[in-house]
Amino acid sequence: MIVSSALMIWKGLIVVTGSESPIVVVLSGSMEPAFHRGDLLFLTNFQDDPIRAGEIVVFKVEGRDIPIVHRVIKIHEKENGNIKFLTKGDNNEVDDRGLYKKGQNWLEKKDVVGRARGFLPYVGMVTIIMNDYPKFKYALLAVMGAYVLLKRES
Amino acid sequence: MKGAWPHVCYSRSRVTILPARKNVEDFTGPRERSDLGFITFDITADLQTIFDWNVKQLFLYLSAEYSTKNNALNQVVLWDKIILRGDNPKLLLKDMKSKYYFFDDGNGLKGNRNVTLTLSWNVVPNAGILPLVTGSGHVSVPFPDAYETTKSY
Repeated sequence: MIVSSALMIWKGLIVVTGSESPIVVVLSGSMEPAFHRGDLLFLTNFQDDPIRAGEIVVFKVEGRDIPIVHRVIKIHEKENGNIKFLTKGDNNEVDDRGLYKKGQNWLEKKDVVGRARGFLPYVGMVTIIMNDYPKFKYALLAVMGAYVLLKRES
Repeated sequence: MKGAWPHVCYSRSRVTILPARKNVEDFTGPRERSDLGFITFDITADLQTIFDWNVKQLFLYLSAEYSTKNNALNQVVLWDKIILRGDNPKLLLKDMKSKYYFFDDGNGLKGNRNVTLTLSWNVVPNAGILPLVTGSGHVSVPFPDAYETTKSY
């Protein structure tokens, strides 16, 4: 019951925000002092929302799984809406060209997972702890599993 | 954003330092000859009224916006500054050079009379919504028709 409700809420969020990943955890310090490792970001990804300089976008580099949260610092948009843009972490000295695929100089709309619209500090630390300390993740899963089994009995 | 708008104004570069333009290979990435612009600017701003109880920091940035034959809309961030809660909210910056290279995607700066500089800021709260606000007041910076052969920065 709890699991299916949680799943429904998550799927609902994906539809409402237009983003495949409406909530992400900040993994690095490249956007400090605004965001720190463990902060939670809320995203939207409406196709009609134009990408503009200054916005904080979450994007994925082709071929890599990890989403990156950085700021748009340059855009060149054609009349038909085709846009290419460049990003940079606030806390980085240089732009992100070193992070893109070899030979890739720009990002495109298809690389965007979402735009950061809201933020909560610290809350995402749980995910990072589970990643860095797998034993903690298994312990948590064991506790949740035990809870589900015991509940059914009563 | 509630409350009064802060007073933000800035003047363009002094007449003695004209926006200069060169045509060089964009060494920051694309291997094409693109226009590289040089702008010097002053910024006067009082951001006190933006800081309320929930504002952790402001990410302030100056961007140039213009249209070219190649691209209907171009926006380039030339300069940025992080202002933390507690920092002096009054800015009096003179003779600033852009922090980042102002490369066009092509040769659209040559003779472009309609390059607009705008000051904007991203409010980062302690928790909550992340608004992007554009200050009122824009400054137009026309670029000359000819390239500079010597560096005039």
